[in-house]
Amino acid sequence: MSSAAATEAGSMTERLTLVEGVREGLHTEMERDDRVMVLGEDVGKNGGVFRATEGLYDEFGGGRVVDTPLAESGIVGSAIGLALSGLRPVAEMQFMGFMYPAFDQLVSHAARLRSRSHGQYTCPLVVRAPYGGGIRAPEHHSESKEAFFVHEPGLKVVIPSTPADAKGLLTAAIRDPDPVMFLEPKLIYRAFREEVPQKSYEVSLGEAAVRREGSDISVYTWGAMTRPTLIAADNLADEHGVDCEVVDLRTLSPLDAGTVVASFEKTGRAAVVHEAPKTGGVGAEIATTIQEEALMYQEAPIKRIAGLDAPIPLHALEDYYLPQAVRIQDGILETVEF
Amino acid sequence: MSTQDDTDYQNAIETAQLDDEPIRILDDDGTLLSSAEPPALSEAELLEMYADIKLARHFDQRAVSFQRQGRIATYAPMTGQEGSQVATSHALDDEDWLFPTYRDHAAKYVHGADLAALLKTLRGYREGYAIPDDVNLMPEYIPIATQVPQAMGMAWGQMLQGNDDTAVLCHLGDGATSEGDFHEGLNFAGVFDVPAVFVCNNNQWAISVPRERQTASETIAEKAHAYGVEGVRVDGMDPLAVYAVTRAAIKKAKAPTDDERRPTLIESVQYRYGAHTTSDDPSVYRDEAESEAWRDRDPLDRLETYLYQTDVLNAEREAKIEARIEAEVATAIETAEAAETSPERMIEHVYEETPNRLQEQFDELSTLREKYGDDAFAEVLG
Ligand SMILES: Cc1ncc(C[n+]2csc(CCOP(=O)(O)OP(=O)(O)O)c2C)c(N)n1
Repeated sequence: MSSAAATEAGSMTERLTLVEGVREGLHTEMERDDRVMVLGEDVGKNGGVFRATEGLYDEFGGGRVVDTPLAESGIVGSAIGLALSGLRPVAEMQFMGFMYPAFDQLVSHAARLRSRSHGQYTCPLVVRAPYGGGIRAPEHHSESKEAFFVHEPGLKVVIPSTPADAKGLLTAAIRDPDPVMFLEPKLIYRAFREEVPQKSYEVSLGEAAVRREGSDISVYTWGAMTRPTLIAADNLADEHGVDCEVVDLRTLSPLDAGTVVASFEKTGRAAVVHEAPKTGGVGAEIATTIQEEALMYQEAPIKRIAGLDAPIPLHALEDYYLPQAVRIQDGILETVEF
Repeated sequence: MSTQDDTDYQNAIETAQLDDEPIRILDDDGTLLSSAEPPALSEAELLEMYADIKLARHFDQRAVSFQRQGRIATYAPMTGQEGSQVATSHALDDEDWLFPTYRDHAAKYVHGADLAALLKTLRGYREGYAIPDDVNLMPEYIPIATQVPQAMGMAWGQMLQGNDDTAVLCHLGDGATSEGDFHEGLNFAGVFDVPAVFVCNNNQWAISVPRERQTASETIAEKAHAYGVEGVRVDGMDPLAVYAVTRAAIKKAKAPTDDERRPTLIESVQYRYGAHTTSDDPSVYRDEAESEAWRDRDPLDRLETYLYQTDVLNAEREAKIEARIEAEVATAIETAEAAETSPERMIEHVYEETPNRLQEQFDELSTLREKYGDDAFAEVLG
């Protein structure tokens, strides 16, 4: 913080990891709005198993940072009631693989309270969950099942891929009047740091980010797969002269179809990279959107580079399961050379 | 495993007040309580139970140190809890089913799981989940409480098919009693009166959340009442008491007397000495003095003292047992570390017949492996 500009309040930044960005998002919103509360398993004293809520219990107390009994349906169901009562609950699911007990509350109720009450009641609720593979975790700790929630109208599904986005998107999610699934790519929780503004700010939900401009092919991705996709894009530029545009969707629902289609119209080719199983994954939705809206621009089949249609294996084999740079590169080349 | 008559403990359970002190047979030092009758176990059976607990502790120490060396991934330690785990499995007959959690390494081992297989799972190979053909055991359950309704259903199925000699034992933690699945499983068990025994290993903590934060009820055992299931509390660090209570519950499950219910919920009161898993740091949320106090009732020490006092054990026997278990664990480690896996394992057994699309996805991957070499797949983040 040595530069003169940085001393000006509001332009101060700090170098944070993605999980610290999440914590900062929670912290600044809890400071700003005393209706915001955090609840879940081990979120209090322990600061969360990934330390996403570290320090919040000491600062805001056990009334706003609540260790609940071990019951996901209870956590989300009660959070719906808290939201109905006027509070702004942020519920933590310890891992995405353990949120299924809450599935009924999410899809039968959180998602449709607004439509069921014809707009009378709303559900301003955020459900945070670490997801995805690559950290040598035990069974059930590595799933990537964002498609389940994307398929449910009424839910928003947000996945950050950078520390600054984690903070800004989470802030926007907390302020959003609808229920938001905020899925955190735990593989990159601590993989790198970047400058994150110290002030409170929003990154709008529903807007994709073009991470790399390019003219030969549009590569769509999100979450932890953004990193290997960018590595693949750099390698392709260096080794094959292929110029990739990389689009990080950030919000999977509602999908930023405008940015998806505009990029495709520029490049005429597309690949989608996700770690979730290929069949019925969000990649299928993106490919179809392109087909519906920009068929006349298409110069090659759209390629999906995804996890296998098999349960993610235990850690010894997970690197074969998850897309990594070579697989991404190869898939992109195949499309470009079609 | 045992066919002894434990009517005394049957009676003890029947008369036990739910909010009473847990049932115990040994005092904190391991001396037989004057009011207690030891379970009718032969010398050989007692020594076997002792050896299994000792093996469990040795295995646990090795596993934690292996995790530190990066030779296995996340591990859930069981020190302090081995006595209860070993005793519940000793109380089972071979035909009985065991539904274990991720912490029940010793319970699984005693009921017939292979130690090397267990280590293979911890090395990240799903092959380790395979159960030997003649062993009635499920792979460990990781999502909390999900095993409870399933165990109930297995018991129900055995009953519907007239398998009167088969009961089901289901392990769970104190945290698990908060989940809806616990309620649904116990409720069904009571309604359909199935031959199931649910053992709640109340080790006082669900990661950082203490037992008092899971339930406002006085005890976990008393929850059984609401389901029309028998509830009993036992000192989970007294292997003899756990054995006696579990054995009685298993026998009752198979052959209740008139107006007796089959299912039982046993609250085994114990303590997890170490971390929740190797990724957890208990000093953040609990006081080490608390942990120290529980160590004074250590299950291994207590059983050892009792066996010395009754001349079942002596220095020579102990040394022999020690040598045997160290060799057994060492062999298991060697076998697990020599094991290899292969990417084919990812798509095996997903369906009985691998669908074409999955096979094609896999073939595409194999082509890439040939083209770029396996090193190119080593790290997702490059
Ligand atoms: C449905 C579900 N939610 C959360 C988790 C994460 N988790 C793993 S163990 C654990 C605590 C379990 O406590 P308890 O049931 O008391 O068993 P213990 O670990 O103490 O043996 C939690 C919250 C999980 N495995 N499954």
